[in-house]
Amino acid sequence: MKYLDEYRDSALVNKLLRKIRSTVTREWNIMEVCGGQTHGLVRHGILDMLPPKIRMIHGPGCPVCVTPAELIDTAIELSLRSDVILCSYGDMLRVPGNTISLQQARAKGGDIRILYSPLEAVNIARNNPGKEIVFFAVGFETTAPANALSVLQAWQSGLKNYSVLSAHVLVPPAIEAIMSDPETVINGFLAAGHVCTVMGLGEYQPLAQRWKVPIVVTGFEPVDLLEGILMVVTQLEKGEYHLENQYRRVVGKDGNPKAIELVNKVFEHRAREWRGIGEIPVSGLFVREKYKDYDALRKFGEINIQAEKQTECRSGDVMKGKIKPPDCPHFGTKCTPEFPLGAPMVSSEGACAAYYQYTQ
Amino acid sequence: MNQNPKVQLNCPIPFQDFDAITLGHGGGGKLTQKLLEEGVFTLLNNDWLMSQGDAANLSLDGEYALSTDSFVVSPIIFPGGTIGDLAVNGTVNDLAVSGAEPKYLTLSFILEEGLSTSEFWEILISIRDACTQAGVMVVSGDTKVVEKGKGDRIFINTTGIGKIHSKARLAMKYIRPGDKIILSGPPARHGIAIMSKRQGLEFETTLTSDTRPLHHICQEMLEKFGDGIRFMRDPTRGGVATVLHDIVRQTKLGIEIHENRLPLENEVAGACEMLGLDPLYVANEGIFVCIADHNISDDCLHTLHSWEYGSQASVIGNIVEEHPGGVLMHSNIGGKRMMPQASGELLPRIC
Repeated sequence: MKYLDEYRDSALVNKLLRKIRSTVTREWNIMEVCGGQTHGLVRHGILDMLPPKIRMIHGPGCPVCVTPAELIDTAIELSLRSDVILCSYGDMLRVPGNTISLQQARAKGGDIRILYSPLEAVNIARNNPGKEIVFFAVGFETTAPANALSVLQAWQSGLKNYSVLSAHVLVPPAIEAIMSDPETVINGFLAAGHVCTVMGLGEYQPLAQRWKVPIVVTGFEPVDLLEGILMVVTQLEKGEYHLENQYRRVVGKDGNPKAIELVNKVFEHRAREWRGIGEIPVSGLFVREKYKDYDALRKFGEINIQAEKQTECRSGDVMKGKIKPPDCPHFGTKCTPEFPLGAPMVSSEGACAAYYQYTQ
Repeated sequence: MNQNPKVQLNCPIPFQDFDAITLGHGGGGKLTQKLLEEGVFTLLNNDWLMSQGDAANLSLDGEYALSTDSFVVSPIIFPGGTIGDLAVNGTVNDLAVSGAEPKYLTLSFILEEGLSTSEFWEILISIRDACTQAGVMVVSGDTKVVEKGKGDRIFINTTGIGKIHSKARLAMKYIRPGDKIILSGPPARHGIAIMSKRQGLEFETTLTSDTRPLHHICQEMLEKFGDGIRFMRDPTRGGVATVLHDIVRQTKLGIEIHENRLPLENEVAGACEMLGLDPLYVANEGIFVCIADHNISDDCLHTLHSWEYGSQASVIGNIVEEHPGGVLMHSNIGGKRMMPQASGELLPRIC
């Protein structure tokens, strides 16, 4: 496949591995922020190829994992109303809320449709005037522009039966939260390439400076990931800490200004609860007052949802890099992909599921 | 009246007063008779069906395999096939990989009230064509109609019997460490072709389903290599990975496969990248996994390559004693990973 095979070239991979081995002298903990990067590391078997001194820590960048159980419960509640069609990205379906998942809600009769684009949900709304269409808007900055566009399209065409249930989260506040934890063990970050494709690099240089931590914006293919790791390690070994862009073929300095404008038009930043981690200031996107008719939370009023039950899940410690998944006492015993205690064991990008599949 | 001229071309006689299936078509009376005589019997004409008995009387000798399967798929007509081909080829192939040459099928429909007769006709034609291609006959059948909302347009069950090849000795218990794993063709075509037409996931592709009968090729392999062929299975739902997991679970042996030996088609690989799916977990209808003695695996490959639809066959890995119960994948870049078991419904990833 053109444009992919070049970044899966084994000669190039080996060259990068040799460089990493010859550069690293000390133990370093590097967090790959994005779930897509975790997936790439696992899928291509890269974790075992790295020198043992480099420990990759799977960050909170799986949007499915950090979506609060309460919001999933809200989506489930809405999907079970006879007048609602709930639309969602595929991998959200398996994640349990406090009691059941959307997949189970579908079995109970909920009309739940798997889509790739919220614009398709707007079409469904047009074609089903008697129904309320709710799009479960999950994801980081990457998926936010399309969701914003769907709201604007519905608003401009006067469509009244469309709304989004926004669970959007933002990467920079999560990095801030991880680094401000006094117990943090992270020495460097691979920042998420696709998020920066939208948002640009502006938010990351101050983070690198403030926390004295190398941040390298990185892609998802083996060559990308290894080059990103090499760039972080090189900075660490030299005692440097600044922002670098490995994913130059995709990410520009200013990102995609049109997409950013769309997001800012429809959404505003407020504190958001992250599942397993807790509340992070200004880390969520919420629908602005002007578009309140397209905000499912406002539209359907108070939905009686219980706060998440205390669980034995230590996903927060995993996502902050304090423990590796196998260090959790329930890993592989009480907690498996079939019977998960927490979301990271469910999603294909979840750190625990990735580890479980890799090591079992 | 059906005003669609295309339907008139395809559908010269049957169901002329109806453009959709009604409850009456399943009631056993005149309408049922019309549906059968003008539809099913016209296309699947043979002595057994025409005798309209309650059962087909068959005289058989030797060892036979019997297999049944029910078919539910959405959409019911997709690039490269219909639920009708699938229903024929699905059962034909279950027999084929069991070492049997399929002979007779039964065919049962559960139709949902409202199914368009033109679509039903198209499905019947594809059933006829698939039977002709496979060389099997439908000797008994049944049609029921359920109220709208109680089904999903059409469900089909087929049961088939086929004569087992005299040299076949196929079972997982014959699999040994050192045996080779052969994949008869490129994986994931069927699943991707279907997915490209699902509402909400539509994308442009020229990919068509690979649904086809496999017994001609399987019979030739058995004739040539006898018990050198240890085991065969067609990787339908759950894909190739699920078959490999079935093998390691039951044999308590391990499997190693090599990513760079997978005969992946560019368009399938591209669609899987876009959808965030691993092609080894996507459904197939026209390929099979064959476990063969390592001494004959090259000859097997040679035989497969002589068939058009086996031309991309590849030895993708081997059976090992290490990591019992696990499937190890050597990635293109030299990494290793254990392949997980599929965990139910195949869901596209978000990013």
